[in-house]
Parts: sequence; C-alpha cells; structure tokens
Amino acid sequence: MSAAWPRSFTGRTILVIAALILLLVLISAGTWLWFSANEPKFSDPPPGLLSILTEPIPEGPNADLIRRGRYLTIAGDCASCHTRRGGRPFEGGLGLQTPFGIIYSANLTSDRDNGIGAWTPEQFFNALHNGAAPGNKRLYPALPYPHFTIVSRADTDAILAYLKTVPPVHYAQPGNRLPFPVDIRASLIAWNALNFSPHAFQGNSAMSAQWNRGAYLVEGLEHCGACHTPKNVLGAELNNQAYRGAAIENWVAPDLTGNPRTGLGRWSSNDIVQYLQTGRNAHANASGLMGEVVAYSTSLLSDSDLLAIAAYLKSLPASPTLSSGAPDAAAMRAGSAIFFDACTACHLAGGKGQPGMFPPLQGSNVAQQDDPTGVIHLILAGTRTAPTRSRPGFQSMPSFAWKLSDQEVADVATYIRNSWGNRAPPVDARRVAKLRSKLKLTQPLASDQR
Amino acid sequence: MAKTMPKVDVVLVGFGWTGAILAQQLCDAGLTVVALERAAVRTTPLNWATTFDQDELRYMWRHHLFQNVRYSTLTFRNNVNQAALPMRHLGSFLPGTGVGGAGIHWNGQIWRWLETDFKLKSHNETRYGKQSTAGLTLQDMPLSYGELEPYYDLFDRICGTSGQAGNLKGAKQAGGNPFEAERSAPYPTPPLPMTYGPKLFEQAAASMGLHPFPHPAGNLSQAYTNPLGMQLGKCTFCGFCEKFGCGNYSKASPQTTLIPYILTKPNFELRTEAEVLKVERTPDGRHATGVTYIDSGGAEYFQPAEIVALTAYQLHNVHLMLVSGIGQPYDPATGKGVVGKNYCYQTVSSVDLFFDDKLLNPFIGAGALASVIDDYNGDNFDHSGLGFIGGAYIAGMVTGARPIEMVRVPDGVPKWGLEWKRAAAKYFLRSMSLSVHGSSYPQAGNYLSLDPTYKDQFGRPMLRMTFDFPENDLKMASYCTDRAAEIGKKMGASLVHPKARKGPYDIKPYQTTHNVGGTMMGESANDSAVNKYSQSWDVPNLFVTGAGLYPQNPGYNPTGTLAALAFLTADAIKSHYIKAPGAPLVTA
Amino acid sequence: MGQDPGRRVNRRELLTFGAALGAAGAAEALSVHDGMLGGPSREYTNTLPWDDGLTDEPEGAGGGSWLYLNAGEVSFLTAAVDRLIPADPAGPSASEAGVVVFIDRQLAGDYGNGEHFYLEGPWQKGTDTQGYQSRFTPAQFYRHAIEAIEQAVGRSENGKAFKDMASEKQDALLKQMESGDLKLDGPITSKSFFAMFLQNVLEGYFSDPIYGGNKDGAAWKMIGFPGAHYDYSEWVTAYNQPVPVQTVGLRGRPGWERG
Repeated sequence: MSAAWPRSFTGRTILVIAALILLLVLISAGTWLWFSANEPKFSDPPPGLLSILTEPIPEGPNADLIRRGRYLTIAGDCASCHTRRGGRPFEGGLGLQTPFGIIYSANLTSDRDNGIGAWTPEQFFNALHNGAAPGNKRLYPALPYPHFTIVSRADTDAILAYLKTVPPVHYAQPGNRLPFPVDIRASLIAWNALNFSPHAFQGNSAMSAQWNRGAYLVEGLEHCGACHTPKNVLGAELNNQAYRGAAIENWVAPDLTGNPRTGLGRWSSNDIVQYLQTGRNAHANASGLMGEVVAYSTSLLSDSDLLAIAAYLKSLPASPTLSSGAPDAAAMRAGSAIFFDACTACHLAGGKGQPGMFPPLQGSNVAQQDDPTGVIHLILAGTRTAPTRSRPGFQSMPSFAWKLSDQEVADVATYIRNSWGNRAPPVDARRVAKLRSKLKLTQPLASDQR
Repeated sequence: MAKTMPKVDVVLVGFGWTGAILAQQLCDAGLTVVALERAAVRTTPLNWATTFDQDELRYMWRHHLFQNVRYSTLTFRNNVNQAALPMRHLGSFLPGTGVGGAGIHWNGQIWRWLETDFKLKSHNETRYGKQSTAGLTLQDMPLSYGELEPYYDLFDRICGTSGQAGNLKGAKQAGGNPFEAERSAPYPTPPLPMTYGPKLFEQAAASMGLHPFPHPAGNLSQAYTNPLGMQLGKCTFCGFCEKFGCGNYSKASPQTTLIPYILTKPNFELRTEAEVLKVERTPDGRHATGVTYIDSGGAEYFQPAEIVALTAYQLHNVHLMLVSGIGQPYDPATGKGVVGKNYCYQTVSSVDLFFDDKLLNPFIGAGALASVIDDYNGDNFDHSGLGFIGGAYIAGMVTGARPIEMVRVPDGVPKWGLEWKRAAAKYFLRSMSLSVHGSSYPQAGNYLSLDPTYKDQFGRPMLRMTFDFPENDLKMASYCTDRAAEIGKKMGASLVHPKARKGPYDIKPYQTTHNVGGTMMGESANDSAVNKYSQSWDVPNLFVTGAGLYPQNPGYNPTGTLAALAFLTADAIKSHYIKAPGAPLVTA
Repeated sequence: MGQDPGRRVNRRELLTFGAALGAAGAAEALSVHDGMLGGPSREYTNTLPWDDGLTDEPEGAGGGSWLYLNAGEVSFLTAAVDRLIPADPAGPSASEAGVVVFIDRQLAGDYGNGEHFYLEGPWQKGTDTQGYQSRFTPAQFYRHAIEAIEQAVGRSENGKAFKDMASEKQDALLKQMESGDLKLDGPITSKSFFAMFLQNVLEGYFSDPIYGGNKDGAAWKMIGFPGAHYDYSEWVTAYNQPVPVQTVGLRGRPGWERG
C-alpha cells in the first residue's frame, strides 16, 4: 500500500512533488477536497455501533478513563468515518472520496496487527497532533489532524484507552486508490508545509469558560470546519472564511456564522442544542453526512457541551451577504405552480413547514445558501432525517428525479429561494442536469404524459 | 432439510400492527424477538412517497400494496352445499402484505367497543330474552371493557388519535359520543375539522335529536410526537388514505408509530421474505418448539423460540392454526370444534346522496373524516319488536373522491353512455355517500376450514371461507340504512338512494377488509381457541393476535380493539407468563 | 413500457466504496413481489433500508405503436369505448382521451399477464358471487372475447364488423353484452367480458394521464377532480365554494412550464 516516509529525503524531491501536485491541481481545475461526501450509512447502519457507543461501561480499574475516552471518541465522531457500511464498529474501511481518488479509513479497533492495539499513547498523540503514524508515516488529512492538533494529550490518552477496549477486528482496509504522486505520502510534506502547523489549543481568556469549551470542541474534536469552511485549491481551510459554508462534493455544508439568511443568525442557542441533540428543530432537519454527525456524535454529548458548542457558534461573526438580483418572473411563476402541487404536502402553503417534522422553507438557511447544490440535491435525490435516541423516526424527503425535469427542479428551487422573504441566487437548469448526471439519477417521465 | 436458526425468546409470524405492538413491548422488556414477514420491507419514501402515492389505478385497482392472490388466496362459497372456488381476484376485502401489513393502507378509523359488546350474548338475552339470539352463535368476551381500557388508551397515544371524547372518566363531554364507555384520557389530538358533507350530516343529525360527533381518526389534525418519540405530521386532506399509503407521515401506521423505534433495539431482528409454513410442536403437542418457514428462494428454516405468536392477518392466523393441527377444527354439522368457528365480516350499507344546490368538493378528504352518530349501533337503541339485534354507526364520511371508484350516478341512470357521462359530470362534486357500518354476528354455517381440493403454492390446503349474511344482519342493515336515509333527506339532498346490504354475500365488489373470528377468545377450551390473554388453550406458549379473536364483530372498525388486545397480551407475557413460562395464564 | 428494466429502480449507482448492502437490499425489495419465489430472505436490524434517490415510481405508458392489440382489436375497442363514453361538449370520448392506448398498455403489462390473478386449476363455473373463475389472463380474455363478439356480429350483420354497425345497433349489442343476453362461442360469457371491459374503460378514462388515458386530465376537468394535488388544508371549511386548484397529474400540468 503506502510507502513509509523515506529516511533520506532531499529538498529537490520535495520541490518536484510540490510541482506535480500543483500541476494536477491545475489540470483538475477544481477544488481539491480531502473530505468529501461519502455515503450516509443510515440505510444500513453498522450493527451494534450505537450500542457500543452507548451501553454502560462496567466498573473496573480504568473505568473512568475509558468512559471519558469513549465520550471524547464520540465528540470526535470517529465512528462515522472509521466504520464501513455494514462493518463492525471502528474496523475502518470506509472510502472517502477525493478528486484524486479514494482513501480508506483505518482500523481503530484493538487488533494488534491492523488496528491500534499495539500503539503507545505517544504514537497516538503524534497521529492526532502531528498527522504522523508510527514509523513517521505521514497521514492524509482525510484524518482531520489540522483540527485534532489542538486536542490535549490527556484527551488523546483517554481516547486511546477507550479504543483499546473496542473488540479487536482483524480487518485490514483496502489500499487507497490514488494516482501518482499523491499516492506517495511524501507529497504530504509539501502539503503540510503550506497548510499545517501543529499547535495546542489557544483559549481566549476574555471569553467565558463555556465559550472556550465550545471552541475546543468545535475547532478540535468535532472538526466542524472540515466541512463548513471553504477550502483553498489544496483543500486546506481558508481561515479568513471560517464556517461560512462550503461545497463538499454534490452537497453544501451550510454557513454556520451569524448571517441571518444563510447562517445561524435566526437560531437561538437552544435551537442549536435541539438540532444537535435530536437531529431536528424548528428550522432544519439533519440528514446525509450531518445526520451521521448527529446520530453518532452530537446526540450523545452532554447538555453542557452542546450549550458550549452553541455559545461558540453563536459568537461567529456573520458572513457577508451576497447580493442577488430579482429572479426571472417566468421561473418564479413556474416554480410557484410546482411548489403548490408538489411540495405543500409536507412543507405546507407559504413554506411554513411543520417545525421539528418537516423543515419550514420560509427563512430556511439551508434553502438560501449561496451555492444551490444542496437544494438541488435534496429535490433530486431526497434525504432521510437522522434517527436519534429521542426521535427514532426517519421521515424522508422523497426523490423527485423521476417527476421533475431539470428546468422544473431549477424553477422550484429558484422559487423556494426567493419567496416568503427568502433571497438567494437563482438556479440554472444546467446545474441540475449536471448534478442529476453525477448522482446517476433517472431522467423524468416525458412531460407529454400529463 | 430445514436449517435451524439461533433460538430466540419470541418469534412473531407477520409484521403488521399486532406484530409491531408485541415487538415493541417485548423488546422493551428485554426479550429477544425475531419477526418473520412473508413479503418485503416497505417504507414511505420508497413505496408511497408524496411524489406518486395519489395513484388510484396502481394502488386501488392494481393492488400494489395488497396481498397478491396469485401467490396467496383462499376458496369461497356461500354455504356448505356449494363447492368452494378460489378467489381469483381481490374484491370484497383487501388484505395487506409486507412490512406494516394492512396498517399501511387502512383508513385510520380508530374505535373502541361499547361495554355491552364485551358481553353481547348475555346482555341481549337478559334484555330481550333467549329468542333474541336464536340462530346466532354469539359469545361473551372473557374480559370487560374496563380491563381493556388502559390498552385502548395506550394505542390512542401511540397513534396520536384525533377526536373528541364523549365520556371522560364518567363525565359526559359535549360534542363527543355520548354512548361511548368511559375513557381515562382525552384524545391526544383535537378532532379533524369537518368538510361540507360531514358538516351537513352533523347539522341534520343534531336537528333530529341524534348525537353527532367527529369520527376518531388516525389521520392527525396536527403534528404529534408519541411516547416512543415517533413523529407524525398533520393531515393535508389529500383524499388518498384507504387503499393507499400516506406519503406525508400523517396517518398512524406501524411504520409511522412503532417500527423505526423497534429497529433501534439490539434484541430485535426483522426477517422478510420469510413465509411461515407451520407451527412445530413437541411430540405430545402441548408445546410449540418454533416455526418452520420458507424464504422466497425456496429454502426452509426452523426458527426455535420459547414463545410463538401468530401476528399475521386474521385469515392467515386461522390457516396456520389449521395446517399446524392446533386446536379442534370447527365442524358446522356437529357444532363441535373451535378453530375456524364464528367467522364474521362487517355488514356495510350505504346511502347515496345527490345535491343540486351544494358543492361538496368530496376530493377533500381523509380516511376518518366524518361526522358520525352511534345512536343506532350495538344496543344503544331499543330493539324490542325490531326482529334483530346489533346495529351500525352511521357516518357522513368523505374519505376522498377517487373517480374510478367514486363517480356516482343516481339510480336509474345507465352505467355508461351519454346519459351516464352527463350525470357523472353533474354530480361528482355534488354527491356523497353515508356509510352504514353494521355489526356482523355469527351463525353456525359461517366458518373457516381447510379446502379439500385446492392447494396453495407450498402444497398446503387452502383456507376455505363459507359465508353468507345472517338474516339478523340483513334486517339490521335494512333498518339502519332507513335511518341513514332519513338523515340524508334532512341534509337537503335532492336524491336519496339507500343501498341496504342484501344477500347473498358477493366476493366481487369491495365492501370492507374486516374479516374476523376463527381463533376466538373465550372462557374455556370448549368454546374458544384462546383465553383472554390470546394464549392458546392447547399450546400455552402459543399466542394469537388480531381480529380472529372476536367471537362476533360489533359495528366498529376492528383495528382499535385488536391493537388494545395485543397490548394486553404483551403485558400478560411481560408481567405473568415469563415468570412461569409454558404455564396457562387462565386455568381451563 | 418498453423501458430499460434497470430504470424501474431509480437509484444512483453505488459509489465504489462500501458494501452498500442496504441500498441494494432496498432496490431488490422492489423487484420481489408479495409471496413470490425469487430470492433469499433478508434480515434487518437497526433500521429499514432506504437510500437517497430510491423510489418505486410508476412507469408511464410511453409513446409508440400498439404493444398488445392487433388492428382488428383496436378497431373494435375504438368503436366500443366511444359508445361507453361518447364525446360531448363537456369532455372527450373515451378514445379521444386515450383509453384504447391505456387498454393496450395494460394488457401488455402486469395486469394483462394476470400478475394479480390466481389462474391455477381446477377450473369450474362458479356462482356469480364467487367472482372471476376463468383460466385466462385478462390479455387472453380480451383476445378470445373480442374474437367471439366479432363472430357473433358477423353472423347477425351479414359479415360486418362491430365498428361498421350503426351506433344505435352498437349500443343495443353492448346492452345485450351487459345483461349477458348475447351468446358467445367459447368459454367466455358476454356479461363477464362486459364487466371487465367497462371497468377498464373507466380506469383508462379516470386514471392518471401517465398511463395513457385521461389525456390532458380532460376527464378529471370534466367532473371537477383536481387530481394529484396533495394539500387542501386551506379549503377544508370553505363550504359550498369552488376550490381554486388546477387539475394536476403525477407528472404535473402545463403551468409547471415557463410560459
């Protein structure tokens, strides 16, 4: 599989590799994302995953440490990526798509050969803090070590102590499917040099302890920015645009700043807590990748940590609002007709929605993201609300791919984004066609069958 | 050679309403449960999404959610002198198949029985004399309304039933059903608003001194979260409930109220495409060891279990009892035997109303959107001199207006041609039907048995239904339909066409999917298949749920009572049975 | 009709990673009919399968030529359906609304093939209350019945076909079929065919336009049925007033297009 970090590595090699990376970036002319939309697992969740995350840990010599470690493992949402579909908890093997290929998550069970059973606390800290596995093997930032770097040594020790109690699975993940030169882990030297410096958590003494706890969780273990912060061409987060929302392949991770239209400006702290705890609130339902985050991470966190996360998110300054012109009247007319017939069953007239059940569209930040990819995706493919312990149902938005043409999807999306006080750039049918093709969804029934 | 599966505490045969109720209750009590369902998994976004569920042709007429008679049917005859022939196409009743069963395509009409329905035989004989029940094989239930009330209430809270109580802890409530027995709690959600047709019914009935109230509905008037955290949305009155799935999660069903919760339990497993062939027993026949099932690839399995529960549709539960040889099959010639006995149906009549000056817009509807009177149901009225017992609720009900089924024309208009077309166009928005939902009482010649000629796809004898409407029920239908017609006239209809149910029973036209009896509960092994905990008298670790438990069918939709009985059964297993497994809960 | 069978299950292809058994299971569940033999049983814990993009959406009738009916049958049905539902100013005739196309597509598909009929023997003539007792699938039933009817017409009308009869005579013949007075050669009674035929004509006239009949929702417009509109919350208590909802089918209405 991957080459270990060569002992003798010359500056010249680094330059060559950096140049090659740049070349590939230019060729692909797109954004280079480490973290990308993998398949949500709700339709086939790993057996026993929720149990292993929630069943009581029996008393024993290290019980408190192990309990704390499991809690932090949950806070890191480690299970979502480190369990493949239908696989055993933490055995890894889930493929994360990048524009360059697929990276498979590692086995985190206590297996000594393929898991972390033989790891020392130092080695584990080094992985999370520096992005380097034993043998000084560079890790791909699909493992979000640019976030995990701030996790304290005490916390990484606790996580490792817990993982060592996870039943060993002798499963080895497949080799990554990456082209040259990205398949050479040495290329990561260049990436790190440009995008990463290991550091400890920097608190802000001017802010409350609650805010600081929130910052530690959001910036660190929960690694929210991995999805919600726009990236540069190398896939590194743009710190000056933190949490302003970002495209992740075929989806949009919404703006989390205080912007009242696209961000969380209209959400109260309690709204945020309720969303993270139950997967739904008066504004939105969690589904897809965020649904996994809620199911396997935030819904299992303590109230005080959720309040801390909310306090930190509520302190993020609002992103600038893009101005968008008035949408085309013909698009709005058609969109209004489609909405009236096809959407009101759940979202009701006026986009009122049924809060906590079917999201209101009036004022919806999800609907008003500058990038319409998420809205198009939801209409074309549908989605399933995350089941949580307190709300085990999984009410779903059905797929409209067979029912609506590209133009009809575009027009109803434009309508939703520009009605009832909503405002967002109009949607072009070509974008719908592109996403329909990327998602390999069906073409609609011919419109002469009406 | 059947493959033996790992043993579980409980195996459920069928995963509709009662299977889901037992699974939820018994998993929460810590028992390991496997549910075997003969057909496929079905979910809202996949099988009845809002994007395509309003499709009358596909669901109603092409049976997309119903039992497919090609693979599972029965034979039918009106009486013992006829040769029973296969039901080759569905018509009169529409059982479900797959996960959720008929709980997917039901209307959501949630009723409780009257107190007197629990002691029907003795009550009528006390009030009207022995001759009042002559010719009918009525039986009292082995339990009272009061014993079942907590479980009725629980089912209401699971569903979020919309309605107006009429009797709260003994205190009469304005606007509710004054005849109903005492409720311990109000309905979880307010009643549905009435559309024009039901409103006219309500006004007419009230002006006649009758007691209209909103039909209790599993189509919810507002969003609701049940005690398990399951969420339902509000009904938007699309008019596609009965025979259809609900796309917007506003109709209570196993899928919207129970199943996702159950599936979070590590001690639960659902196995689909698993058709149970037989209940297996120890050589002495007194103990069920498990069930044999076949998957859709034809491979056979044995599922051992401490408890076997038959939770399929009534017809299939009776069939499984008979093919497994459990309990004595009923013989109408001798009156001996219990399994298959007291098969009853529902005596459904109607009154068509045509208005010249009122736009009813009947396409605005919901499965239980109705104003109802219970004045002529059960023994809510004096039957002296009427020559029958029993009764019907009468409802100004508008479940929707799917035009293939519901284009109505007045009597005397041809069924086709220009005259038909003009009448159809004139009256579609200006007509409605009053529903006369009558009781069905048992007589000796109505029963279920194994067919001597026809075999099912697995080589087992098919179930044979022998049924015709008893004289008592036809008189009841005639009387109650006349009462409904009086209300129809008062509503201002220009044309009132009563359609009292007439014999012989015809298996072709849709009437109702309320098949009951055959595994009835009772006081002793001599008169029933199971005791009041739905426990088999002959095989104490076998439980049977569903409408098969009814010795007769009162004038109510059966789901509310069979769901309550399933909760009661689960409670008995949790609280008593598991302390002494294998022992009868009632001494025979 | 005639669509790629893979299109029945509207699912995106699974990405290369992960076993994705859930999605595959849900897709296969669609192809397994109730009680039909065809695959192993499936086990579910944790949740029910469903993946984004998966739907059991209806198949449309599609365009193109006749799929089942021959030319003679098309002529017979075109003439006959228009006697059952003739044209008038209020709405189209059955054939104008596409009912013959509808019947053709239905007979060529699952319905015509008896997918929801039990057709095994032994066969006996039953009582009227015992319902359909033929060994024929609906497609076979139509073929035999139309042939027998045309034979009967030929005998009584000097070799004419049904379509060439005067409309009054056509009506009279249809009435004889309705009552069963028309005697047919072979095992099918005119009464049983008429019952199936009238039902199918009503189905074609009033079902969703995607199935080939009820073109432009004209039959729904004629009677005032808005079709597949889902939310009438605002009009529940708007008594005795027209509801301002335009007729819409599952695949929409003209107003969904930019105009």
